[in-house]
Amino acid sequence: MPLPYSKKVIQHFNKPHNYGKMKSPDGVGQVGNMVCGDVMKLYIKVTQNKKGQDIIKDIKFETFGCLAAIASSSMLTDLVKGKTLEEAVNFNREEIVKELGGLPPIKVHCSVLAGDALIEAIHGYLVKNKKPVPKALNERHIKLAKEKQEIAKTHQAC
Amino acid sequence: MPKIYLDNSATTKIDKKVFQAMLPYLKEDFGNPSSLHCFGDIAYKATIKARNQVADFLKCNILEVFFTGSATVSNNLAIFGVIRLAQKKGINKPHIITSNIEHPAILEPIRYLEKNDEIEVTYLAVNKEGIIKVEDVKNNLKENTVLVSVMLANNEIGTIQPIAEIAAVLGRCPERSEGFQYPLFHTDAVQGANYLDCDVNSLGVDLLTLSGHKIYGPKGVGILYKKRSVDIEPIIFGGHQEKGLWPGTESTALIAGIGQAVEGIRNQESGMGKGERVGKLRDKLMNGILQNIPNTFLNGSQENRLPNNINISFEGVEGESILMALNEKGVAVSTGSACASGNLGASHVLMALGIGIERAHSSIRFSLGKYNTEKEIDYVLKVMPEIIKKLRAISPLK
Repeated sequence: MPLPYSKKVIQHFNKPHNYGKMKSPDGVGQVGNMVCGDVMKLYIKVTQNKKGQDIIKDIKFETFGCLAAIASSSMLTDLVKGKTLEEAVNFNREEIVKELGGLPPIKVHCSVLAGDALIEAIHGYLVKNKKPVPKALNERHIKLAKEKQEIAKTHQAC
Repeated sequence: MPKIYLDNSATTKIDKKVFQAMLPYLKEDFGNPSSLHCFGDIAYKATIKARNQVADFLKCNILEVFFTGSATVSNNLAIFGVIRLAQKKGINKPHIITSNIEHPAILEPIRYLEKNDEIEVTYLAVNKEGIIKVEDVKNNLKENTVLVSVMLANNEIGTIQPIAEIAAVLGRCPERSEGFQYPLFHTDAVQGANYLDCDVNSLGVDLLTLSGHKIYGPKGVGILYKKRSVDIEPIIFGGHQEKGLWPGTESTALIAGIGQAVEGIRNQESGMGKGERVGKLRDKLMNGILQNIPNTFLNGSQENRLPNNINISFEGVEGESILMALNEKGVAVSTGSACASGNLGASHVLMALGIGIERAHSSIRFSLGKYNTEKEIDYVLKVMPEIIKKLRAISPLK
């Protein structure tokens, strides 16, 4: 197989940014599953900026997965750190692939997974703090939860 | 940075003698072995020499050696060849017994026939050591069982299957003793050939598959041994080559190469010391990893295992990330985890051991070969703990 990874991907894999467990995070999102061999956990710490908006003050990831999964997680943390939650919710995950200098098509799902983990972490924060959850965010959360259930079911079946 | 090749079950480096044996047929001795002139004669003699080299290794007659395009071809030819003839003989729905850890080159043709509703299949489960039970073969034999296909040694975990014992069970089954040819017994010996006895008489097989490039020979050529008393139907059609079972002008260079490669493994690894040197290096690497890195597990039997194979799960770390991290250090290995898409799960072989999906996704196969050195093993042992430590620090599974 050709080695399909850009220099940037290899760099993030060799020296990932913002990894490890976070002590007392404000929001945690975990996505992925063992069936396809990726599990991603994202921790966020939230604070308010001068305008009183919620922003991601700190972000950390833990990933069980391939090189592309680790590099995608690392890149995501770089891209959304310091962003407002609103910006982060609307974050386009294609940015991850773009900033990494591309991913092979078969590995694009790793960047999707990273984006999902962010959604889950923000959702977790909003619910925990009894803040209003935007409709679109809630819909994505429900969809992810459903997928999780379905995979658990098929996994049990085999 | 060093370049260390520990993926010899994927393919091997071509032996110098093999390369030399091939060269003339890519240059001046280009004749067609079927041609009735001196150019054809030289090429024909090269194929006969190779046939003899293979027959010496398998302890069979040269008329029982068939050169094919690859081990995948040989396996397909064995399976379809047996089934097509059985159907022709009026056996309504022939039955095949195989194991659930076979190579895809066995499982996929069988699944194709099964999905087509042409055959019945029994997939024998392995125990947690990765070995099938001989009694299971016996207990699953049916009137319509025409083929039993079990690999000599597994490509992922190196476990060795009890081929001679299965043959003994089959030899006693009433259908065979009455002179009826079924059930036939096939073994895929691709991975075992380097280290195990492939005498077809002591193995007791009717059909056996070998590959060129797993034994320091060229890619693009395989061997099917077919006992003379056994008939199979051709599955492709054309000229008379390989007695019509694999028609098409012989690739003289590839055939000369695989012949020399077979002679190489017969000489080099024969007798009492078969695999002894590689086994010592393997043990050093295996024990070094298991002892120095916590939460590591050997997959498959330690005793009934090829001397060049290690398959270890590193708890909490995904296999492909280990592979890539080792690649960054110049070490080539493979993994039973395919973190590629939702459809590609963990290896069917590791799942068959019942080790669970997490451990299956955390596996690395190191497969050694005759060119590996102790210095290389020391280097791998040096870089391995740091790689695992780093990846575990990133992992959410603690």
